[in-house]
Amino acid sequence: MYRARSIQSALSLKDKIFSIDYILVFSIFILGLVSILAMYSTDGGEFKYHTNSHVLRFFVFFVMFMVFSFIQIRFWHSQSYLIYILFFILLLGVKYFGLTSSGSKRWLDLYFMNLQPSELMKIGLILFLSKYYHRISIENINQLRYLFLPIVALIAPIILVATQPDLGTALLIAAGGLTVAWLAGVRIKFFTISGLAFLAILPIAVSFLKPYQKSRILTFLNPERDPLGAGYQIIQSKIAIGSGGLFGKGFLQGSQSYLDYLPEKHTDFIFTLFSEEFGFFGSLFILILYAIIVWRIVKIGNITRSNFGKLYCYSFATAFFIYVVVNMMMVLGLLPIVGSPLPIMSYGGSSMMAIMLGLGIVMSCKVYKDTPVN
Amino acid sequence: MLSPSSGNTVIKSKLISRRMFLLTAAKAVVMVGIIGRLVSLQINERTKYKTLSDKNRFREWKLAPERGVIKDFFDKEIASNEQVYQVHLIPENSKDTEKLFVRLKTILNISDKKIFFLRRVISKQKPWEPIIVSDNITWSEFSRLNLFLHELEGVKPVVSVARTYPDNSSAHILGYVSQVSTKDLQNKKYLKDLHVPGMSIGKTGLERKLDEEIIGKIGFQRYEVNAYGKRVKQIQINEGQAGKSFKTTLDFEVQKFTKELLKDKAAAVCVMDIYNGDIVSLVSSPTFEPNEFVHGLEKKYWNSLLKDEKRPLTNKAISGLYPPGSTIKTLVALSALENGVIKPLDTFRCNGKIELYGEKFHCWEKDGHGIVNLRKGIQRSCDVYFYEVARKLGVDRLSVTAKKFGLGKKVLSGFVEERAGVVPNTKWKKKFIGQNWYLGETLHSGIGQGYFQSTPLQLCLMTAQIANGGFEIKPRIIFNQKNNKLRDYIKHKNENPNDPLPTDLLVSNFDLNPLFKNQEHINLIKDAMFSSSNEPGGTSYRHRWENKKFTFAGKTGSSQIKRFTEAQREAEVKQESLPYKDRDHALFVAYAPYNDPKYAISVLVEHGGSGGKTAAPIAKKIIKRVLERHELRQRVNNLLGEEV
Repeated sequence: MYRARSIQSALSLKDKIFSIDYILVFSIFILGLVSILAMYSTDGGEFKYHTNSHVLRFFVFFVMFMVFSFIQIRFWHSQSYLIYILFFILLLGVKYFGLTSSGSKRWLDLYFMNLQPSELMKIGLILFLSKYYHRISIENINQLRYLFLPIVALIAPIILVATQPDLGTALLIAAGGLTVAWLAGVRIKFFTISGLAFLAILPIAVSFLKPYQKSRILTFLNPERDPLGAGYQIIQSKIAIGSGGLFGKGFLQGSQSYLDYLPEKHTDFIFTLFSEEFGFFGSLFILILYAIIVWRIVKIGNITRSNFGKLYCYSFATAFFIYVVVNMMMVLGLLPIVGSPLPIMSYGGSSMMAIMLGLGIVMSCKVYKDTPVN
Repeated sequence: MLSPSSGNTVIKSKLISRRMFLLTAAKAVVMVGIIGRLVSLQINERTKYKTLSDKNRFREWKLAPERGVIKDFFDKEIASNEQVYQVHLIPENSKDTEKLFVRLKTILNISDKKIFFLRRVISKQKPWEPIIVSDNITWSEFSRLNLFLHELEGVKPVVSVARTYPDNSSAHILGYVSQVSTKDLQNKKYLKDLHVPGMSIGKTGLERKLDEEIIGKIGFQRYEVNAYGKRVKQIQINEGQAGKSFKTTLDFEVQKFTKELLKDKAAAVCVMDIYNGDIVSLVSSPTFEPNEFVHGLEKKYWNSLLKDEKRPLTNKAISGLYPPGSTIKTLVALSALENGVIKPLDTFRCNGKIELYGEKFHCWEKDGHGIVNLRKGIQRSCDVYFYEVARKLGVDRLSVTAKKFGLGKKVLSGFVEERAGVVPNTKWKKKFIGQNWYLGETLHSGIGQGYFQSTPLQLCLMTAQIANGGFEIKPRIIFNQKNNKLRDYIKHKNENPNDPLPTDLLVSNFDLNPLFKNQEHINLIKDAMFSSSNEPGGTSYRHRWENKKFTFAGKTGSSQIKRFTEAQREAEVKQESLPYKDRDHALFVAYAPYNDPKYAISVLVEHGGSGGKTAAPIAKKIIKRVLERHELRQRVNNLLGEEV
């Protein structure tokens, strides 16, 4: 019946509300509740600072997500470059006005929250490249002159983030950007060439790494190298997850975390805490929730008519998946500790804001799936 | 759609979908990988990680068990426990240990040296492990400490128990306890799981022999601790088990009495029940203060003990080795009788000396004893008589008898400091000295000189086994009800050797081991010993008891340290005029009462001169004391018998 109308902007509010993907919304909401439980446990079974502010953030950004869902996809498309530039300016701002904490400069003090623009840039870059590849025709995609802008758009924020230094986020930003380029049809040979180039400059890059970053990589290769130092986190995380067993130690019973053996339990290691308390089945439950979220986003990509929407949804779904698995593989000892939050679950306002922004645009693709973007 | 390149758009859309499909496949693979990892950690290896998690989570603090007490025969505690006040310090609870030490110094009496030592201990161990600042402070210090406790963060006043000895008369046989050393931990297996900081273990004597059982079972407090080692909550507490208490055969009153008698002398006394081997008294003099060892010995005191020429740290009764001297003559005579070498009435003529291959062998009586038979030989302790007997007997046959009666081997078990002594024979000399035996050495052995070495305990055992009619007994110091009937059994055997046993003795089923071929020989020796103590001319006649109740039969001895030169012999130099170190050791062995023997005694006085003059009067007093307490002792025995 919507087909009959040529322009969907005439959709009634009721139509819009009905066209929301409720499975996705429901999954996100459940995940949010689970994350609140986990956060409550990290606070030792009390509503303390972390839990309270996590609850507040989740609900504020969840509302933002719902509001963004109803903003025309045309708006997101038309403002993509602007959004990217805005985020880039914020990143530059970090370089000059940023807050320094434990040796790296990542945050901007916005008085009501400390904003981490590199998290927003994860979405910004995907938006930018989705629009870019939406606009250029398929013949031009693999022409070198059309590769110039994407490369600049990719490299510039990565350098800014990597020099904060925040290698983990920089790599995750790159992963999102590369996904868009790959989906848009950029030839494999370009990826191969740039991959080789990356390998070529790797030794030089390593020399720029901070000692703690080198140590993290070495530790990943052999966690027992220094069990009380850098390997401590991986070892304790594995102990926590392994000791959870099939059914877990029970809610608020995670001895590894409440006795402080687990580092960074609010942020990067929130999955470890959950896994310790709820065991294998609990972990599987989280994994399934994430899988549903990714599946629904891909599905929205499938039904969206515009290539901008497709590119954006697919890329965001992939990036989201990468954030999840990188974090999990990290705490499971399959990847080095690079410092990447688990979407929605981890404590952190900027990450929550970025993910909710990303999801909002996805939902906008769903609501305005038949609307052409230009 | 509306754009001119709508076909282009469709191609692009298809390309995007195709590539997305590839990515989705890749995602599935990664997902499977993560689930696989979860399976491996949480299912396959969950036991391993659970163990590791518990290892993180729990930490145990050990609690020292209370040491068992040692009691004498009358259940009086001779090694007991007392409440002590201690100061412990948990370094992690204190903000500034240096400041704390300064403050503590104003409250307690601790030296800079001690503080230096404590600092070293702190740097070596984990900050949550308590250290003992002082393990024995006075009540007034303790109450002052509690008063100022609020300004002493990290300090913990502790009421604990520690070993205490009511009297030092039994210091040698009881031994002492002291802090565990690294060497102890290496050598003693039972300490492996037992080590608690500040725990004392037995170092010598009974404390050491019984250590494994008397020390008790360790307790522990299990705490849940966080990553920084701070205790979160107590999970479990196990008080441990106090050590086993032991009752000994010693008589504390006799111990104290004997110690007083031996005051200022380097001497040893051993008193034994001749039927069941109960050691009633075992004292070595001079003694030391065992309480000083419990809370860390002061160097000054330790050095004074080491320097003392009377060797207060040595238990002379079991680890002092002395030539048995004339006390061995009882065994020489017995051996000669048993081997049929002499008859009791065979005589030799003593002119004061004999000559053998040009070497002169002197009797202690310069003018000689004249015609001497066995009884007179023992009574007067005639050396010449025993030279002749020994020459006929030979050292090898003598050594067989001496060993049978308990010389040359350890008598007790579990005392590291006990020594076996030497019973020489031809083989022994060949093996240990590498030379052939000379006949002259047989003569020396016949009067207990030369290579012979024995402990006072061995001499006491020897005497006891003669006194009980020649039956083997096993000396013991830990009380055991089992052999209380042995006395009746041996008495029955002695009095009516050929009668069948009464039923109550028959069921006791003792493994009686006679040490003789003919008990008549034993009786001859016993009679000769009686004459030595109770007939004019006997070597200890002057110190006899007229009262039949206390009459004892003994044998004197003096073991030479240095041979007399001919000149000294001519000048009739007296022992008293020699330098202390050159004087003979005085020995005396006896059993009492003569007509119904109950106890045997051996007395040794280092450099005491003649046994008759120095050792016999000591023995006389102790015998009286022991016999006076005999009825009391019997009463305890009978009481215990009923309980069984």
